[in-house]
Amino acid sequence: MQPSESPQRLVDMVFRLREYGIIVVLIVFIAVTTGIQPRFLGQQNIKFVLLNATIFALLALGETMVVVSRQMDLSVGSVLGLSAYVSSNLFGQVHGIPIPVVFLAGLGIGLVCGVVNGAITAFARVPGLVVTLATLYIIRGIDISIIGGGEVVASSLPAHFSAIGSDSVVGIPYVTMVVAVVIAAGTYFLRSFRSGRELYAIGSNPDAARLVGIPIARRVFTAYAASGAIAGLAGVIWASFYGTVDSTAGTGYELTVVTAVVVGGVAIFGGSGSAAGAAFGALLLSTIATALYALGVSPFWDPAFDGLLLVLAITLDRGIAVRLAEVMRKRTFRHEP
Amino acid sequence: MNLEPMAAASAVVAPPSGAEPPAPPPASGVGEPQPSGTGVAHFSRLRGLARWEIALFATFVVVFVVGRVLSPEFLTNYNFFNMGLSNGELAIMALPMTLIVVTGEIDLSVSSTLGLASSLLGLLWMHGWPMPAIIVVVLICGAFLGAFNGFLVTRVGLPSIAVTIGTMLLYAGIAEIVLGSNIVSNFPAAYTNLGVYGVPGIGLSYSTVIFFGLAIVFGVVLHFTPFGRSLFAMGANQEAAIFSGLRVKRTKTILYIVSGIVCSGAGILYTFRLSTAEYDNGTGLVLSVVAIVLLGGVSIFGGKGSMVGVVFAVLIYSGLLDALLLTGFPQQASGIVIGGLLLLSVLVPSVPEFRSRLRAGRHRLRRQTSQAAIVHSGSVGQSRATGDDSSKAGLGGPPI
Repeated sequence: MQPSESPQRLVDMVFRLREYGIIVVLIVFIAVTTGIQPRFLGQQNIKFVLLNATIFALLALGETMVVVSRQMDLSVGSVLGLSAYVSSNLFGQVHGIPIPVVFLAGLGIGLVCGVVNGAITAFARVPGLVVTLATLYIIRGIDISIIGGGEVVASSLPAHFSAIGSDSVVGIPYVTMVVAVVIAAGTYFLRSFRSGRELYAIGSNPDAARLVGIPIARRVFTAYAASGAIAGLAGVIWASFYGTVDSTAGTGYELTVVTAVVVGGVAIFGGSGSAAGAAFGALLLSTIATALYALGVSPFWDPAFDGLLLVLAITLDRGIAVRLAEVMRKRTFRHEP
Repeated sequence: MNLEPMAAASAVVAPPSGAEPPAPPPASGVGEPQPSGTGVAHFSRLRGLARWEIALFATFVVVFVVGRVLSPEFLTNYNFFNMGLSNGELAIMALPMTLIVVTGEIDLSVSSTLGLASSLLGLLWMHGWPMPAIIVVVLICGAFLGAFNGFLVTRVGLPSIAVTIGTMLLYAGIAEIVLGSNIVSNFPAAYTNLGVYGVPGIGLSYSTVIFFGLAIVFGVVLHFTPFGRSLFAMGANQEAAIFSGLRVKRTKTILYIVSGIVCSGAGILYTFRLSTAEYDNGTGLVLSVVAIVLLGGVSIFGGKGSMVGVVFAVLIYSGLLDALLLTGFPQQASGIVIGGLLLLSVLVPSVPEFRSRLRAGRHRLRRQTSQAAIVHSGSVGQSRATGDDSSKAGLGGPPI
């Protein structure tokens, strides 16, 4: 589709640089923090950062699929909350229920929510931002009416389930490894599979995507369904981490996830970015939060840092995009005569 | 949403004469598929306008009648006072938000601006400043917060949704830094009384009266001045607006500054009403503000909407929440109703369009022209002068 090979390669390189950029920032941040406070790289601390990042990185995978196709899923926090409660509550309802069944239940709840979001957005052609803003309220409301004033307490959960978040090798929890594999698979799918590539095509130019025959409605629907299912899964993991689940679980996560995705290099209007980048974005946010704490900076600085980071990241992206457009325009002129 | 802004103005009053930007051609309708045949489209849009506002009015009447039936306390002066008191700041913030969304942008930092204003108010009061000076400083600070948003959106050229998520976090963070875990609550009774007593002679809360006053001002500016009409032009087709000589960047910056001032004003009201300054005041209000504006019929893609619709949406929102509260519905779960209403507000207008698309779909199968694809897609406007089509185009909107 590109007129010549080189601009394509240039674009690829720039976006890969963007991902490496996040990793460099992350490494610099860790290095500086460790220099000041050596205990920052302690096993316990690494585990804490990773566990925290795991949930957001997982949510960011689903969100990336939606955002690259120029949509947005604001309901992930509510889906996570609903799934966390319903799935962990199963342990109290059904004695001796196998843990995989609980995971499937969480996945199923998320999938149903995602299918509703996707069906309304894709087939009724209503902006996804508005639909998921509405379902954010609705799903949270359902969550609250199911729970009432109650909560699931950690002691009602089987030890095997709570261990999901605590078992680790050299400070890296098993669940983080599993999630890392899932994210790698998701990144590969988006990069290399036809239906994955088509999400980028839809996000970068919907009209062109339609003209080349991409089934836009079906792809967008699938992206939302996947995002919902992933949020449902994240809910079960959330429950195993925190143990105590009430109706506020996951409140406000949607905006943190969007922040992580954008900091990780996914363009907010679609068409570019990767799930791996988004996961690193989530890891960076989580690292910063813990690092501030380790450095003795008041945790009050954390949101300001996140906000500043987001603004810097998109400013940088904008700068790169403008430069890139200039370079490519020059190249085109050179090639034309 | 079939609101036609130009028709909105002319339906009420003859369009003001004088130097006025040419209306963007309806064919530019951002994010809205155009039925074939422009004449038909025009009329159906006119009717669509009337239908939407009438639907909102009908919903408003239903909410208040049902509220009266369910609880005898619903239609009392005391309840009206409470209703206005608990939703006044929210309603006030919806006004500048309406103008911003009409231009096709969004401001998600409103509730953080409120929180930061509240924190600043608390901090300065803690340091013994005189209250009038504090209020002036807080409002000026709000103007700067808005100007910063406006600068990033218009001068740097960043997408407003990402920018204001960033500044939402940033301002909330600054609020935390400013006030820390302090809770300031020793404000003079002369100020905190506005959370206890209504305006003498009217009985409504001060924030309600301020809301209605500001709503009239914002409504007149939006619908009856060249400035306000130019907002619709920008939202409908930014490129066209730039080429017809509108100062898009300056106008949007002004809107963000106004939003900053109004929201910090709302922060002052909020602080006095609760007689408490805390860093997390107002957290999470932003989504309700956006929901109200969209429920009021303002298109998320810009270019369409009316102040009357937003005022009705405010009344429906507060009435509904209050009725649910009085009938003992779990208050937290009222999100189901609000979300359902929001969902209906985007689904109902798309029903006729959905049907016409089914019909058109059959035709389209026969002649697979590129034209059909363009007619049926949300217009992907080249929104920045630099020609970067990723900057606005569809705010999470339907590319489909």
